Amino acid sequence: MANAQGPSFERFSTSIPTMPSAAALGPMKRTQTPVSTGTSVLGLRYDGGIVLAADTLASYGSLLRYRDCTRLHKVNDNTVIACMGDYADFQYLLSIIEQKAITEDCMDDGFNITARSLHSWLTRVLYNKRCKFDPLWTTFLVAGSDMDDDGQKTEFLGYVDKLGTAYKDGIIATGYGSMLATPLMREAVEAKTKDGGQLTEQDAINVINDCMKILYYRDARAHFRYEIAVIPTTGSARIEAPVEVKGDWQVAHLIRGYE
Amino acid sequence: MAMSLMRPGGFSYSELANAGPVQHHFSPYTDNGGSIVAVAGKGFALIASDTRLSTGYSILTRDQPKLYDLNSNTVLGCSGCWCDVLSETRLIEARMKLYKHEHQKEMSPGAVAQMLATILYSRRFFPYYVSNVVAGLDANGQGVVYSYDPVGHCDQNLFHAGGSSGALLQPLLDNQIGLLNMEIKPTEPLTLERAKGIIKDVFISAAERDIYTGDGILLKIITKDGITQESMKLRHD
Repeated sequence: MANAQGPSFERFSTSIPTMPSAAALGPMKRTQTPVSTGTSVLGLRYDGGIVLAADTLASYGSLLRYRDCTRLHKVNDNTVIACMGDYADFQYLLSIIEQKAITEDCMDDGFNITARSLHSWLTRVLYNKRCKFDPLWTTFLVAGSDMDDDGQKTEFLGYVDKLGTAYKDGIIATGYGSMLATPLMREAVEAKTKDGGQLTEQDAINVINDCMKILYYRDARAHFRYEIAVIPTTGSARIEAPVEVKGDWQVAHLIRGYE
Repeated sequence: MAMSLMRPGGFSYSELANAGPVQHHFSPYTDNGGSIVAVAGKGFALIASDTRLSTGYSILTRDQPKLYDLNSNTVLGCSGCWCDVLSETRLIEARMKLYKHEHQKEMSPGAVAQMLATILYSRRFFPYYVSNVVAGLDANGQGVVYSYDPVGHCDQNLFHAGGSSGALLQPLLDNQIGLLNMEIKPTEPLTLERAKGIIKDVFISAAERDIYTGDGILLKIITKDGITQESMKLRHD
């Protein structure tokens, strides 16, 4: 491009390109809708730890867009988080959380991020974003161990959503799981503990497996492949290899009226 | 439009099918329910909340009390938008620590009450969507109750019901504690035991009719000896 001052060196300029003016950009856009999303996540406390579960699907509306996305993340040896909602927002927060974990590790002082502190931190981050009307469209479960008033290690399972709504409980399910899985988990826990009994790790895994199967059958955004994380209060957390629901559609031909 | 396709509500199934994609819209508020009742008496103050946290038709947890011990003679009860409750109470706790270290004394319930009004009004145009009730003992050792609207209007009362069952319970308290519309009024002043009984009864009533109140209550008793607490089960449905 030539101009009155002679040849232009615009193409070779090393200066910082100017930003388009605010008027050219139009009004500021914010996330008002999620894009690639994960469905329900489940969390269940057993005697001596927590089990988390989430399937590996990131849906794009009704499209099964990404079928091998893990929605569980091991932050350190005794903290695992699970996420429902916008997968991009999850990855954005993960990048920050991973850096926090690395920074903490580099201190090399034997201390780590605890589930309780991470849960509290997420509460503030998500609440701040909601106050800017620019939410991170996610719901998190944070699992790990906590100290009780006597300094004893206990199980910690907490919930935080995109508004910053937060609580802790022994049984938490998000999304369709809150309608389909919570009653199953509450029933199982009450049956096991009513005569002073205990829910073992294997009991908890069995209940979670049942719930994931029910969710696969009834939640149209659920997937047959899912992952389970086990976070024992003492010992190291592990995310198990993905497992698959073997669907039984034998009765499908009996269903009429939707032809 | 064929009449057979019309529903009583006035829209048709074909209109629904042609409505196009559904748009989610972000709302920063949600109603997590919960009720607070507080009563002030001679030498005591009582404040109680239920322990249910809900959204819509779902119960998030059955074990979430909504009372915060602010110091040795003041308790705050909050219900409404739970994320605002969490943020607001953290801010209050921080401000109370600052006050304590600056003035070398605890805040009085009156000072807490005024500060809360200021905090709430500071968000006049993006309010904390919370129903607040403060209960405590004043300098003379008498019970005081302060109630608020979400933007900081503060009122001192002898008793107050707030939260999802507020409108259901206030007239009951007006009658039983305010002694309104009572033909034969009791002559002796309200006792602690009587106040406790009324609070437990009104929560049982609220749990029958309000889906956002239930599971249990936590009751805090403030006297000159400090704060003690009691809990009671409510409908688990």
